[in-house]
Amino acid sequence: MTTLSDYKGQKPAWCPGCGNFSILRAFNEAMVELGIEPHQFVIVSGIGQAGKFPHYTRCNTFNGLHGRTLPVATGIKLANRELIVFAVAGDGDCYGEGGNHLIHAIRRNIDVKLFVHNNQIYGLTKGQASPTTMKGVITKTQPFGVLSEQFNPLTLAIALNCSFVARGFAGDIEHLKGLIKEAVNHKGFALIDILQPCVSFNKINTFEWYRERVYKIPDDYNPEDRLLAFQKSLEWGERIPIGVLYKTKKSTLEEQIPVIKDLPLVKQDFDINKIELILQNFY
Amino acid sequence: MDYTIKIGGEAGQGIQTIGDTLAHIFAKAGYYVFTHQDYESRIRGGHNFYQIRISHRPISASRSFVHILVALDRESITQHEKELSPDGQVLYDSQMIKEKFDKPNFLNLPLLDFAQKYGGSKVMANTVAIGAVLGMLRMDPTIMYEIIEKSFKKKGDAVIRANIECAKAGYEFAKKECLMCAFTLSKFDRPKMLISGNEAIGAGAIASGLKFYSAYPMTPSTGIFNFIAEYAKDCGIVVEQAEDEISAINMVIGASFAGVRAMTGTSGGGFALMVEGISLAGMTETPIVITLAQRPGPATGLPTRTEQADLLFALYAGHGEFPKVIFAPGSPEQAFYLTNKAFDLAEKYQIIAIILTDQYLADSQWSYEGFDLRKIKYIDYRIRKEKLKEIKNYKRHAFTETGISPFAVPGESKHLVVTDSDEHDEEGHIIEDALTRIKMVEKRLFKKMPLIKKEISPPLIYGDKNPEIVLVCWGSMFGIVKEITDELLEKYKIAMIHFSEIYPFSEDKSWIELLRKSKKVINIEQNATSQFSKLIKIETGIHIENHINRFDGRPFTVDELLERVYDYIK
Repeated sequence: MTTLSDYKGQKPAWCPGCGNFSILRAFNEAMVELGIEPHQFVIVSGIGQAGKFPHYTRCNTFNGLHGRTLPVATGIKLANRELIVFAVAGDGDCYGEGGNHLIHAIRRNIDVKLFVHNNQIYGLTKGQASPTTMKGVITKTQPFGVLSEQFNPLTLAIALNCSFVARGFAGDIEHLKGLIKEAVNHKGFALIDILQPCVSFNKINTFEWYRERVYKIPDDYNPEDRLLAFQKSLEWGERIPIGVLYKTKKSTLEEQIPVIKDLPLVKQDFDINKIELILQNFY
Repeated sequence: MDYTIKIGGEAGQGIQTIGDTLAHIFAKAGYYVFTHQDYESRIRGGHNFYQIRISHRPISASRSFVHILVALDRESITQHEKELSPDGQVLYDSQMIKEKFDKPNFLNLPLLDFAQKYGGSKVMANTVAIGAVLGMLRMDPTIMYEIIEKSFKKKGDAVIRANIECAKAGYEFAKKECLMCAFTLSKFDRPKMLISGNEAIGAGAIASGLKFYSAYPMTPSTGIFNFIAEYAKDCGIVVEQAEDEISAINMVIGASFAGVRAMTGTSGGGFALMVEGISLAGMTETPIVITLAQRPGPATGLPTRTEQADLLFALYAGHGEFPKVIFAPGSPEQAFYLTNKAFDLAEKYQIIAIILTDQYLADSQWSYEGFDLRKIKYIDYRIRKEKLKEIKNYKRHAFTETGISPFAVPGESKHLVVTDSDEHDEEGHIIEDALTRIKMVEKRLFKKMPLIKKEISPPLIYGDKNPEIVLVCWGSMFGIVKEITDELLEKYKIAMIHFSEIYPFSEDKSWIELLRKSKKVINIEQNATSQFSKLIKIETGIHIENHINRFDGRPFTVDELLERVYDYIK
């Protein structure tokens, strides 16, 4: 049995009051409750405040480049499908720099759990607009306000028939923990977009701002209805739904590759004799 | 015996089928074969050719003179008639190219009519042409029939029979009607293997225990991807086509981190996208192998042609300072063994190894007696299973004598494997302090690099022992420069220095003496700015004055290069 002390990592370098602390707590508690040990999973993270996440818990860690978490996570999962693979990124990281990878990771349905710490702003670079910053918000680098449409990750994911799509809120640890556990138990690619207030640079989307708006998706909601989910994902503004918006059962990428169906790649021995047969084909 | 057969026509006419089949027939007959291809960036139309040279002795390049020109379009005659040797012959179908030639060395064979008559379909015109070439050479057709049978096995007996009838008809016609054909062939010998540069890299990777290959298709590297994908199931390899080259290299890094040997391949533009990932592999000390198959740039350049202009780009690829090795094989044989060495060094030192080829080497086929698998090195340097249990306190980036830290497989034990693209401590966690930074640079770079240098072989010195003239070259120039060295050795004290292990330079510097002592040094490169000679200057201080460059995207032929060398030495 693991306890919370098994997940005590490095001392966080986040701002006091940062929404990331609650996400960390929800994650650690979820791991303990699921009985997952630190060596049984790997967290791949990118750059930004969210990128530091794996250092503050205890786990196998690949803290890679900005925007590139999902390709690294995909490579790891394909090499060792027995490892539980998490990808942790911020909104700038995953929806901006790595947007293309998000689309294709969803299409592949690689069994990776992606948590996006969505604070609707660039924190580490001190307050520029991110893809999820609301239209019209003025920042140092958007002097006329944000002119582009606000990126909606959940609508995009549902459009791509992503196998698990959810939204969490850093202000509700219990609820978030439940989502994390559900994502881990779900087979296939899972996206949890986590509303995470940035106390230093986002003076609009604060804890209070979210608290006034978020509501839990009721129990009688059917998350397997894709059209309904699509509609639900469009809700933003006065009322913002949190919970599982959409899920569907389908084969993962790993399950469809015959080579790794029975045994993870990393456990397969190398047989040099096979090359001899290949070379025979050149005569 | 030294003959060249050229098949010219539009893309989509089956030039490659004719060329490949003929090349395999000749190799099976035991002749030495060299082929190279020239094609445009299009699927239909345009003008392409496939050139095959055959000889009774080992050959390593194309010649300019053509002995048999198979013209599937009018353009082939316009462009290549002037290349015919004095005894050269043209094979064509006046109906196909809508023109008749009244020249004694032009053989008009109704390829289309024959295909219809003997095979029941015009599609088999290519088979008629294959038969006709053999008829012109008056070569025993038995092997041709065997190869036709093998290649159409899946399509059933009827297709095999029809194709054999077509080949036979072409063969008999050409044998009887080509009155000017006076070729003499050597006796058959032990079958040779025929392999291209791309195939040799693919085979070398599989022989090195490759488990994961991810790439985005890009000419001329795609052949490696195709080859590995073909054997993926049999050899237990996962292949994944990435959404872009950034993803490809990051997937490869992820797979390698998780404990399997991983590789990607691309060309210049894709490599440019991978540069960030190369730096990541450098910082996280994750072993990866990349094939950079060069084509002329900048930007999209000449997509299907050849150049050696990405050497310095590859050398400096990746922000920051970290070790890497660069190999540039000169032949498929070198490509096979150097790919193995790339994997071994990448894994042993946890570094990036780049295999630098180009379209010319990627697509050209060479013939060999065979490859020696005993020369293949496979040592698993990762810490797995039992070995993991011996470790008490595991640190992914632990400081060691050699700079090489133990690389555990994540998930196989309670030990946590932690790494970071940020500067990190021994455990792999982010740091900012100066002392750890200095110690990490020392570990990654200064401690490893001298050890890596010791692994690098010196360049190949070929020809006269005390040369007055030295030809310097690297990578795919090997075959051509070797052939002209052979030719010039009859009249001159000449030697070739060929570099296939480009970076770092070997500690063995005996070749420098050779340069210093010789009267004339000529550097030969398939680029505009003699990049390799610049690297020589950086590494040794030696300045080479004489240069032969070609940057029109076409490879040198032996005869053209001979003329360029004569300009310097006559």
